[in-house]
Amino acid sequence: MPTLVIDGQEITVEEGTNLVQAAEQLGNEVPHYCYHPGLTVAGNCRMCLVEIEKMPKLQIACNTKATDGMVVHTKSEKVLHAREAVLEFLLINHPIDCPICDQAGECKLQDYYMDHDRQESRIPLQSKVHKGKAIDIGPMIMLDQERCILCTRCTRFLDEVTGTNELGIFQRGNHSRIDLFPGIELDNPYSGNVADICPVGALTNKDFRFRARVWYLERTPSVCPGCATGCNIDIHHRRDEMFRFRPRHNPEVNSYWMCDEGRLTYKRYQGEGRLLQPVRRSGENWQPTTWDETMSQLGNLLSGGTKVAAIVSAQATNEEIHLLNLVTSSNDAQLAGHAWSPADATRDDYLIDADKNPNSAGLRAQGLDPSEGRAVIDAALAGEVSVLLLWRTDLSQLCSDEELDQLGERLEHIVSIDTHYTKSGEIADLMLPIASFAETEGSFTNRKDRVQSLAAALRPPGQARSGWEVLASLSGEPALDSAADVFAHLAQSLDSFRGLSSADLGATGQPLASAE
Amino acid sequence: MSEKILLRHEDVDNLRQLSVYEQDGGYATARRVLTEMKAEQVIEEVKASGLRGRGGAGFPTGMKWGFLPKDNPKPRYLLINADESEPGTFKDRQIIEHNPHLLLESILLSAFAIQSHKAYIYIRGEFAHGANVLIEAVQEAERAGHFGENIYGSGFDLDVVVHRGAGAYICGEETGLIESLEGKRAYPRVKPPFPAVYGVFGAPTIVNNVETLSCVRPILERGAAWFKEIGPEKSPGPKLYCVSGHVEKPGVFELPMGTPLRELIYDHCGGIRGGKQLKAVIPGGSSVPVLTADEIDINMDFESVSAAGSLMGSCGVIVMDEDTCMVRALRIIARFYHHESCGQCTPCREGTGWLERLMIGLEEGGATDRDLDLLLQISDNMMGNTVCVLADAAAMPTKSFVTKFRSEFEEHLRLGGCPQRLAATGASAVGA
Repeated sequence: MPTLVIDGQEITVEEGTNLVQAAEQLGNEVPHYCYHPGLTVAGNCRMCLVEIEKMPKLQIACNTKATDGMVVHTKSEKVLHAREAVLEFLLINHPIDCPICDQAGECKLQDYYMDHDRQESRIPLQSKVHKGKAIDIGPMIMLDQERCILCTRCTRFLDEVTGTNELGIFQRGNHSRIDLFPGIELDNPYSGNVADICPVGALTNKDFRFRARVWYLERTPSVCPGCATGCNIDIHHRRDEMFRFRPRHNPEVNSYWMCDEGRLTYKRYQGEGRLLQPVRRSGENWQPTTWDETMSQLGNLLSGGTKVAAIVSAQATNEEIHLLNLVTSSNDAQLAGHAWSPADATRDDYLIDADKNPNSAGLRAQGLDPSEGRAVIDAALAGEVSVLLLWRTDLSQLCSDEELDQLGERLEHIVSIDTHYTKSGEIADLMLPIASFAETEGSFTNRKDRVQSLAAALRPPGQARSGWEVLASLSGEPALDSAADVFAHLAQSLDSFRGLSSADLGATGQPLASAE
Repeated sequence: MSEKILLRHEDVDNLRQLSVYEQDGGYATARRVLTEMKAEQVIEEVKASGLRGRGGAGFPTGMKWGFLPKDNPKPRYLLINADESEPGTFKDRQIIEHNPHLLLESILLSAFAIQSHKAYIYIRGEFAHGANVLIEAVQEAERAGHFGENIYGSGFDLDVVVHRGAGAYICGEETGLIESLEGKRAYPRVKPPFPAVYGVFGAPTIVNNVETLSCVRPILERGAAWFKEIGPEKSPGPKLYCVSGHVEKPGVFELPMGTPLRELIYDHCGGIRGGKQLKAVIPGGSSVPVLTADEIDINMDFESVSAAGSLMGSCGVIVMDEDTCMVRALRIIARFYHHESCGQCTPCREGTGWLERLMIGLEEGGATDRDLDLLLQISDNMMGNTVCVLADAAAMPTKSFVTKFRSEFEEHLRLGGCPQRLAATGASAVGA
């Protein structure tokens, strides 16, 4: 473990730590473009030049390993001058089109210019080198070659992470440009990441571009609901609307990346098809009702002495599953797990799991088999169930249209509690709106039995309520006033969750006690 | 030194042919060394000779070989840099085209010294004839048992491959060359690690210049002591001088290291063409600082040229007479480096283009008063701040031209263009 001095502060770091990381540990940013901790070192941008005593030339911090006794200056006059010079070089052929550039506000050229340069241009506008603009290079990505600073983060990502190598560098000198190799497009399942790691406005995400200025967006840490992997994300949102997911670093789960499919799952929870208020059936029509009325009706159904069965899908949070366990067992009702994925679900050996549910492992950890849902349907078809409670469960995933009709005839009551109107609504007589993963506190357990926190980034739409809140009141348990309380109750009740608390989960989660 | 070592083909006809080369004593040294000496002894002999790299940097060859890790299980590679592309330099070409077996025998000896069983000769794409000569010579040598398996019954194997580049200056930078050989874009690598540790295909690699390696056979044939006797103590050995430009007899001259520059120009090259006055000399290829006519009383060896503020480089001596427009000369140099910058590092990618743009303005009009200082500032901002030294190669001539011939640059600025050009077109000077 080498001990070195950076800007007068002594620090001891792990063997192999580079000077960008070492400075970072002291809260000191060495500006950089090409360096990315998830990729190999390229050393081409020359922005991270620092002064090291006893070395005649400035050295790039990204490719310099900390060694014992090293004395580093990241803010000396020589360093500041070099930084200013690099920025000037980067900008002489840059179009400086910030007012119409979607990267504005999260652009390292802008940020570093304001921090380290601020000099007048010394090059006439008309003598800039021109390259390609607004080039559509794939389903998710647009390329602007003039804004590109040729840091090669994108080409290294496509070489080192996906191995697909769609992009290369063509031509030489200041005519160099990033472009597609002939005859292909950038359409691998992880293509969106290149826009995330592009430090400037060269690669932008088609799904996001021009929809919002980034300084208006808030960020809330969360977990991608797209599959069982549970990639850590930040939800970028404004006024209860989601604009995009960005992968958040978690070395245990997704490194710095996420897949394109997961990246777009936010769209499912935006507006269309969402339930906005409790409704009950009145013949062919739906009649608005109130939560108070609904809750007492639900309570009556559960304790009414008739045969009650409930199905909870792997879209539910750990907290919801726990409370459903409490509610059903205290009312002598049956509870079955359910996890459905499309027959053509994509999968790979990296982040994309064929199980398109975020919490199948959470069901299993609480003793529920995610394939039991169908057994409940069979029992109901056989007339052994009179009340069916569906928690985030779409019946079309469990039975045919004919069976759906039969269920409607045979069951006395069907209650669908979900974010969306689903096929279950065709035969339900009560529908209750609950919050999506992005609108509630809670947690998911991923495929490697890692429990990871969700935060309420948005308010639920209309009268929708958090699932845990609805169930906590039904359970009759005292002192369940927050998702954290429910989680604490779960940790006390189940060995697999023992020792965990919501606070401990932190930003990157904790493994279940039963996980290796 | 009247006897030619590297240019022996000037004394022996058809030396390019294996039979002639063998008759002249060729491959006898290799046979003796491979069967009688140990690899370490060969390295020691080369170290003792004081041989320094002729590619430009002048690094001691034996010491470079010593950097190979002892415990790396990967194969070792010997790479011969025949990408001779520094403007004003055409010495390796002589050896390749006319004395290829000297190079090949030296490769065999060097590969044996570093225990490499695969040698690649990376030759620049434009040397089509040279590549053909080399390929033919390699085949000839293979058939005669100088390459292949169990050479001379010594148990040593060596395979030599001639690989043609596609014509990029940057491929002469050793790590750019390695990338190119691997089939990639020739972006020089960040160092460390150095090629001796992590070279071609990630294996330990020694990269040597053609002229450098060609000294290995003579060293082993006649001994390190003999080699050390030639030229100055710190830069010994025979040297090829490429002289081009305004001299009576341009060409490649084999003379001892440390030959006085004045002697080279006025005796060996017959002086300035047409009896004109000398104006400037670039002593080491286009990338090194220029010398004025008053600065040429120096010896041509690494130390002496450095002491005079320039560099020995690749020993491409470019002579310019009194009629030369120094602004135009620098513009041509700037165009070259702009064209050849690989574009990897920011200061070089953007700086080389900017320098050329400013030079065009000076020569054709449109330059502003601050441009001379800007040329110097851009050069300073480029130098020493990139992965390889191409940025320095563009900056060093710029700084020296502008500083040493500033009045010519100022005249261009004042007239709004090149006086020679304005005179030729009959245009009147701006403001006159």
